[in-house]
Amino acid sequence: MNGEIIFDEVSKFYGEVLGVNRVSLSLPTGITSLVGPNGSGKTTLMNLMTGLIRPTHGSVSVMGLNPSNAHEFFRAVGYCTQFDSFPRGITGWDFVYDGLRLHGMNHKQAADLSVEALTRVNLGEAAHRKIAGYSKGMRQKARLAQAIAHHPSVLVLDEPLNGLDPMARAESLALFYELGKQGMHVVISSHVLEEVDRISDRVVLMTGGYVIAVGNIHQVRQEVREKPMQILVRCGNPEVLASKIFELDHCVEAKLHADGAGVFVRTRDVDQFYTVINRIVSEGTVKIEAISPADDDANAIYQYLIGSDGGMV
Amino acid sequence: MTAEINGPKTSLLQKPWRLWFTQIRNIVVLETRRNLFSWRSWWVYFLAFAPAAIILIHAIFDRGHGRMEEDTLVMAGIFQFYYLRLGIFFGCLGIAMRLIRGEMVERSLHYYLLAPVQREVLLLAKFFAGTVRSIVLFGGAVLASFLLMYAPYGSAGQQFMADAGRSQLYAYLGITVLACMGYGAIFLLFSMLMKNPTPAALILMAFEFISSVLPPFIQRFSIAANLRHLLPVSIPAEGIFNLLTVATEPVPVWAAVVGVFVLTAAVLVLSCFRMRVLEISYTTE
Repeated sequence: MNGEIIFDEVSKFYGEVLGVNRVSLSLPTGITSLVGPNGSGKTTLMNLMTGLIRPTHGSVSVMGLNPSNAHEFFRAVGYCTQFDSFPRGITGWDFVYDGLRLHGMNHKQAADLSVEALTRVNLGEAAHRKIAGYSKGMRQKARLAQAIAHHPSVLVLDEPLNGLDPMARAESLALFYELGKQGMHVVISSHVLEEVDRISDRVVLMTGGYVIAVGNIHQVRQEVREKPMQILVRCGNPEVLASKIFELDHCVEAKLHADGAGVFVRTRDVDQFYTVINRIVSEGTVKIEAISPADDDANAIYQYLIGSDGGMV
Repeated sequence: MTAEINGPKTSLLQKPWRLWFTQIRNIVVLETRRNLFSWRSWWVYFLAFAPAAIILIHAIFDRGHGRMEEDTLVMAGIFQFYYLRLGIFFGCLGIAMRLIRGEMVERSLHYYLLAPVQREVLLLAKFFAGTVRSIVLFGGAVLASFLLMYAPYGSAGQQFMADAGRSQLYAYLGITVLACMGYGAIFLLFSMLMKNPTPAALILMAFEFISSVLPPFIQRFSIAANLRHLLPVSIPAEGIFNLLTVATEPVPVWAAVVGVFVLTAAVLVLSCFRMRVLEISYTTE
């Protein structure tokens, strides 16, 4: 069985409206984050992956499986959608348990897995209350519990952090991280870029229905050649460092940090910059304390490539 | 780390019938539990039990003034002109519309579509669930109407129920089951083909009304035309009934029953094709 999620030249049009266009992706196991503004095609891509909609052109394969074979496919895939709606009148327990019974499980199997999933998302105590009385965060947890209850190999999460309080966000991210490390496919779309940035093995940046960059955060950042990369160098005598940096062709900006204990450097060639820094350190003219990328995260990449503030999406 | 699941393995030669049966049973139980009694469907209960309520009132306030032969014709009229043409027709429309279209409106259909259930199995399960619900409601209503109609006659009524009445009751219940199946399947298809199936249902209603005067071949495509041959009591074509009753060529009971089954099966096959390509497009609903 092919272990990858493959989009082969996939396009989806809603009438004359573009959903996604000519998307070709090959996603290995681990955590993949889909990042893009509203209407960029993230949910369309997830719905295509799970067969809720069909591609106008191209094909999608999830570990060699196709949604038309629902029995095999949905035993391997769990999808936590962003549709905030539930069948009327049911409890959180019913929601998870009934879903498992549709797998053909007997009562004991379904009950055991329901308890496990609801406990895992910390919804155990409220499980027997009607979902209609849940907060948005609890409804989100109920959907997540249903998506993971049958132990899928592929977990698709559309805006899974929406409505969660900071504690629940941290717990959910820890859960996603753990699942990713266990060798699962975890595909997440989220507007909380800084959070998914921390746990993602790779990002897929989208805008207007097109995929514009794929890879891990650092690779993608490296590929954005036309935008100088910003680096913060913590050091004892930043003025001296700044003067040396101005002599370098590939450095376009050097700015003292507000606290006077570092320099923000913008460079077009980060590898060359690090070589120079090593030389400066060996000369002993500047005592370097720390070097860190100042914009090597999804939010910065998002701004560069898409032109909007990722945090505001 | 996929969970262990009951059910035989799929192969080309041996389909997982046991798994499909289990899934259909689970979905029918689920749907019945959620929808059999729902305040939103009050009008369907009203459609089903209004005649029984009227007969009850009649039995209470007009005790001892009726004749059993007349009431047998009244019951036949209620069944033929109310239940068959209106009550079951619109009741099945309301119930079948909820099965797929209703879940799309409420944005909850994707939970079924994301379960490891073949779409054809899901469709059949939904159909059975809807049919069970309509049979429980309208079968119960017909049974209640029938019993209330003859209860005031005391021992004579009991004697009638033990004799000719029983076969009439069975015929009414049998026709109710077939009507629920046939109309349920048709309206399920309508609800998947169009956002508002009511106009199409009204056209179907007109077709059902005039089907008895259409050529015999076309009558085969009418639920009402097939079921007409199963009615246990003929209503004299007098007065206003003259407009509603048309003598048609007799058709054997078995042929009429098979006709409804074939019609239902054909519509379900079309529905399965539609279900196979159904997409979730809540944002455009």
